[in-house]
Amino acid sequence: MRVTVIDYKAGNLTSVLKTLRHLGAEPQVTDGDLSLVESAERIVLPGVGHFAATERLDATGLTGAIRAAIARGVPFLGICVGMQWLYAGSTEAPQQPGLGAFSVSCSRFAESTEKVPHVGWNSLEVREGSRLLSGVEPGEFVYFTHSYKGPVTAETAAVTQYIEPFAAAVESANVMGVQFHPEKSGETGLKILRNFLAWDAKGNPC
Amino acid sequence: MLTKRIIACLDVHAGRVVKGVQFVDLIDAGDPATQAARHAREGADEIVLLDITATHEGRQTLLDTVRRTARELFVPFCVGGGIKSARDAEQVFEAGADKVSINSAALADPDLISAIGSSFGAQAVVVAIDARRDPEAADPVREAQVFVHGGRKPAGRRVVEWAREAEERGAGEILLTSMDADGTRAGFDCELTAAVSEAVGIPVIASGGAGTVAHFADVFSRGKAHAALAASIFHFGVSTSRSLKVELAQLGVPVRLPC
Repeated sequence: MRVTVIDYKAGNLTSVLKTLRHLGAEPQVTDGDLSLVESAERIVLPGVGHFAATERLDATGLTGAIRAAIARGVPFLGICVGMQWLYAGSTEAPQQPGLGAFSVSCSRFAESTEKVPHVGWNSLEVREGSRLLSGVEPGEFVYFTHSYKGPVTAETAAVTQYIEPFAAAVESANVMGVQFHPEKSGETGLKILRNFLAWDAKGNPC
Repeated sequence: MLTKRIIACLDVHAGRVVKGVQFVDLIDAGDPATQAARHAREGADEIVLLDITATHEGRQTLLDTVRRTARELFVPFCVGGGIKSARDAEQVFEAGADKVSINSAALADPDLISAIGSSFGAQAVVVAIDARRDPEAADPVREAQVFVHGGRKPAGRRVVEWAREAEERGAGEILLTSMDADGTRAGFDCELTAAVSEAVGIPVIASGGAGTVAHFADVFSRGKAHAALAASIFHFGVSTSRSLKVELAQLGVPVRLPC
């Protein structure tokens, strides 16, 4: 199965591509070729680094193409900054809008005695009915590395506690995002990516 | 709950895992890809591959090793040793590493930290510090000195200050090795680790001195470490990261279990 992976020149795609291949998918990378988004069966937006880098999605026209693909029902998965981009924006780069699939914005962890960034393996509290996280048992661990996070809302598919509860995953029809790195989260991460790859183009599980 | 990480460290020379004391009397200990996969399967939260070849010809061998190791590894993977430029780092990332660890190259050229961080993100840059207490100083811990060349040569920097500067320049984590404790099996230098952890806002990985499971528990509580490097502990009694973590859990340390 073909998966269109969006490259917006913010960090390393190698791990995501390698993991998709391991799971039997054929990733195709685009950094501006809109036809790969227009014909996409699935879209993955990875991301490490700064929210401001998503400006490139607007500049290349990828934002509009992705918005249209999502409207067609193409399953979309944002990872880390790729998930944060689904929101209205982030205080990390206030002038840069996100896709706006969720009306709230991402913000930095509150000042506390804990370290920021949040780095390491933390557990998930999966909300009932999540298809992306189907089969993930209570307390399974995934790997995080981030300083900004989305708030807990109705679309939150899993909550993680660090300094405060935050959205570890979001899911609304065919639009999905994970704040953690499924490609770095051992068997649990592979299970989540398999769930994503098992959806049909209308967003229903096969 | 965020858990304490147990990081398995593989020393690699000319494409093979080696074991030895202070890089002397090296014994072949297998294929890096096989060993890394085994550690991940046995519960390691992360893998560090440290290349001790440090020759120009060795770079291509290292990149091949990183590529083969990364292929079937689905936990965070850090590579260190011989990374002297942003281009070196880029090649290691393209081969499949998630993070690079830089040590003497960062001391020689501190801009290297931000150069790598701005392209690959702060989470991808680990600054490794080899530290010795300064027995002459009024405060041997706060005034501990940074060493280079395998701990033989002082770098003329204080550990706490260098760690702070590394953070300001965009390091994502500090890997702190106590050269005093390294190889003693008498425990981590918890005072030094705590001094560094308190001085920076980024996570600190403790290394050097582990001899028992209690030493790990100690460096996580008293030493305020977020992660600990496990290398030689696997040679004496504790066979896997999983068994180490099961014992740590019994001591009340939050760890990723089952794993």
